[in-house]
Amino acid sequence: MSLLDRPIQEIHDGLRKKDFSVRELVEASLQRIRAVDEQVKAFLTLDEEGALKKANALDRRLAAGEAGGLLFGIPAGIKDNIVTKGVRTTCASKILAHYEPIYNATVMDKLDAADAVMVGKTNMDEFAMGSSTENSAFFPTRNPWDLERVPGGSSGGSAAAVAAGEVVFALGSDTGGSIRQPAAYCGVVGLKPTYGRVSRFGLVAFASSLDQIGPITRTVADAAYVLQAIAGHDPYDSTSADVEVPDYTAALTGDVKGLKIAVPKEYLGDGIDEGVRRRVLEALEVFASLGAEWEEVSLPHSDYAVACYYLIAPSEASSNLARYDGVRYGVRAEADNLLDMYKQTRSQGFGPEVKRRIMLGTFALSSGYYDAYYLKAQKVRTLIKRDFERLFERYDVVIGPTAPTPAFKLGEKVDDPLTMYLNDICTIPVNLAGLPAISIPCGFSDGLPVGLQIIGKPFDELTVLRAAYAFEVHTDHHKARPAL
Amino acid sequence: MNFETVIGLEVHVELATKSKIFCGCSTAFGAPPNTNVCPVCLGHPGVLPVLNRQAVEYAMKAALALNCEIAEVCKFDRKNYFYPDLPKAYQISQYDQPLAKNGWVDIEVGGRKKRVGIARLHLEEDAGKSFHAEGGHHTLVDFNRVGVPLIEIVTEPDLRSPEEARIFLETLRLILLYTGVSDVKMEEGSLRCDANISLRPVGADAFGTKTELKNLNSFRFVQKGLEYEERRQREILTAGGVVEQETRRWDEQKEITVPMRGKEEAHDYRYFPEPDLVRLVIDRAWVEQVKAELPELPDARRERYMRDYGLSAYDAGVLTASKDLSDYYEKVVEHCRDPKAAANWVMVELMGHVNAQGIEVRDVKLSPANLGKLITLIHKGTISGKIAKEIFKELLETDRDPEAIVQEKGLVQIADPEALRPIVLQVLDANAQSVLDYKNGKDRALGFLVGQVMKATKGKANPELVNRLLLEEIAVR
Amino acid sequence: MVAITREQVEHVADLARLSLTPEEAERLTEQLNQILAFAHKLNELDTSGVEPTSHVLPLANVMRDDEVRPSIPREEALKNAPDHADGLFRVPKAIEG
Repeated sequence: MSLLDRPIQEIHDGLRKKDFSVRELVEASLQRIRAVDEQVKAFLTLDEEGALKKANALDRRLAAGEAGGLLFGIPAGIKDNIVTKGVRTTCASKILAHYEPIYNATVMDKLDAADAVMVGKTNMDEFAMGSSTENSAFFPTRNPWDLERVPGGSSGGSAAAVAAGEVVFALGSDTGGSIRQPAAYCGVVGLKPTYGRVSRFGLVAFASSLDQIGPITRTVADAAYVLQAIAGHDPYDSTSADVEVPDYTAALTGDVKGLKIAVPKEYLGDGIDEGVRRRVLEALEVFASLGAEWEEVSLPHSDYAVACYYLIAPSEASSNLARYDGVRYGVRAEADNLLDMYKQTRSQGFGPEVKRRIMLGTFALSSGYYDAYYLKAQKVRTLIKRDFERLFERYDVVIGPTAPTPAFKLGEKVDDPLTMYLNDICTIPVNLAGLPAISIPCGFSDGLPVGLQIIGKPFDELTVLRAAYAFEVHTDHHKARPAL
Repeated sequence: MNFETVIGLEVHVELATKSKIFCGCSTAFGAPPNTNVCPVCLGHPGVLPVLNRQAVEYAMKAALALNCEIAEVCKFDRKNYFYPDLPKAYQISQYDQPLAKNGWVDIEVGGRKKRVGIARLHLEEDAGKSFHAEGGHHTLVDFNRVGVPLIEIVTEPDLRSPEEARIFLETLRLILLYTGVSDVKMEEGSLRCDANISLRPVGADAFGTKTELKNLNSFRFVQKGLEYEERRQREILTAGGVVEQETRRWDEQKEITVPMRGKEEAHDYRYFPEPDLVRLVIDRAWVEQVKAELPELPDARRERYMRDYGLSAYDAGVLTASKDLSDYYEKVVEHCRDPKAAANWVMVELMGHVNAQGIEVRDVKLSPANLGKLITLIHKGTISGKIAKEIFKELLETDRDPEAIVQEKGLVQIADPEALRPIVLQVLDANAQSVLDYKNGKDRALGFLVGQVMKATKGKANPELVNRLLLEEIAVR
Repeated sequence: MVAITREQVEHVADLARLSLTPEEAERLTEQLNQILAFAHKLNELDTSGVEPTSHVLPLANVMRDDEVRPSIPREEALKNAPDHADGLFRVPKAIEG
């Protein structure tokens, strides 16, 4: 068994017993990347030197008998929209192809404090806009389970890297499903925390009121560890909540007796792949057998979530991406006057999907259209949020599929933005309501992984993790590995 | 046809916080270019703003000083536009829920009081500075100023002449200076003014087409620019033409206004709520706390000087027209308890010195405490006014304790009749002719004799006492 | 129903500082219309009296103290700049007139 293909706790046991060193662990990660990343294409940038230096330092500390952090020595991939000081951060965009950040994201400082080892930056849809990682300006990432298929997106590189065993965990970001959907497509665990649970400082903004950083791991326990390391109030993020961070390992009990589960009929209706529906229903049977109770319910405004999201997110994005103007950083197109410089820089620097969303958002905010589009969408957002609030008065979690279908083929939806957008139908409402949700493997449909989504109350990641862990320990889906 | 001028002002004031509004960079003026910057104010990818509490409280203070209503809830919005000095390509500002609104300022124009409405006051961040190299093909940008907290104050269209506009601005400046929320220096750009001006036939209700004036970099230019624009619009209207709605720039060299070029495109700022900042909820207690910190404002101080100190309206006005001068005066009064004498000394002697030297009140070496003591010495009869003026000259140089100087130089006034009488007798003996002249009705001879006694005592004799003793002694001769 | 015309697409591109080829403008007009038509679905909902949600968290008054923190060295500030001179960021001039 590969050194890396173990839960964090086992790796820590091995390090403690001196079965292997951090350096060996990190080298195993780099070796695996060398072996499979030609095919998977999960990484945009590797930081071998930094990773090995860090590994050596940690090994010295281990030898000195010093106490280690929560993620001591664990090799990690970081989505390339998380700012890493001194390590190129591109957001998979040409416009930032050479951008070398001058500061660290708060999560990077936290990972550093937890002694994790970043081996590289993972591929993504440009500025996190997409559901397939095909919108990377550099190259698409492939699904380790079927190299002809997409890994999902936008955190496709992170999910693929974990699924391919290149790293033990990765960080992704989730604006409308960008952690959970690729986790589902790649057969791994992806957790989107409550909005405000993890600092956004240093996460390159796509849609500020929706973005959230979270872990992608192979097990629920690992997700709990990583969340523990990165969660918490940050004085540099005004929208980070000053809410106590509980001990997430307390959720790892395996017990869900009496858990009240709501299953929205809208998440299992038309447009949901039959294989996916079956896996979800089977999962519900597992929960029932463990003493949880589930009921079919309704989230009446679900149908409006995608439309709502595709007005709010592009609007915020159009403003967030205005700073890429070729003045202070990024690639500039040469021109002899300011206006042409702006236009050429941005037209050459951004890919088609990013331009499409900037256009959509600029229009939705423009004079005369604001009320009809942006404001209307914000009001609908309120209705969607209330739907969940009502459910959570009676239920502990909401369960459904993460994505309506398993991974689709590369190129299949590239030219049809609306169909691509509808792929986010199950994940988007969660971001609009700011809730925590996890996607965990729950079996296969035609040989492709299916993800089960468990949604919780605000700041109740504990219950989400408890349900996910109970399912995991009583099933074997998470043990499957792609043949690479 | 007769026209009425209608003017409204938009005033931007930099707040005197130590750090910027959304990051910890210093707001110090005059640092080398791009040294007071960080990833946040440079708008690097991934950064987030965190609001400076002091900026909010300064804005509240200014709003209260301008008699505004403070919003119970307000929020920040993004104003989106591209410009090289605006790093994020949006300015964090306040759109439909400003921090404060519905205030007023009383101004005095030609001896009449006039109330000017304040429509709104909101918080926002400043932009950087662009330099257009002469003849070059480039613009150079310094981001030190970006993120310095600003308040934007918008008046109602209540001003009716360029002079009123200037007086309003001067009054506003003085009020803000008193509150201490800004150093309000037009020459350093911490007070900036744009003006909207239109003309309408006298008696008309509807406003005429307005033009917006920019680059009014001094109080004088505010008035001159508006006067030019008033004249220009009147000529157009009188000739039956129409005023074009546009933004014009005051050209201080040519002393004309010219249309701004390069900004022809219609603005669409696409304001929307700033998702990176949370709302501000301002409860009564917070408002009261800020109100309690509000110092006495110029109007109140002027009235107090008249009421409590018995000063004339003119003197009270002169003293309060500068906060530094007024603060100085207050401290002098604390040390002499003779407000009227203090007012004279400050307005005549001190200001004489300040004006002659071309310096500021804050640069005067003489401390108000020592000036107060000096005045007390006169008041107690320890020294004469004449001696006091000489000591004053020395104090301007040294700021020493006036009592020490008086002791050291033996300048104590001779106020003891028995000490003075022998000198009086000597003078009378030596000037028998003058005594005779006086007795023959030449009153001026007494003045000469007083002068002789003063000369003999090196000015230390109490003049009234000298007078009395001379008369007594002449009477018995 | 046309939600956005070709002319509007070009105006929006100007606002967003994007230059579009005629083909791009054509395709975007079509795609944006498709997406906006889908968005019109929201009009089925009566939202009168519904407060808009711009923040999901009920946070208020998040502020910091007025303390100066060190700025970054100028070389750092200029490190990623496409063009700079004399410690200043340099950009082409705006067109006059």
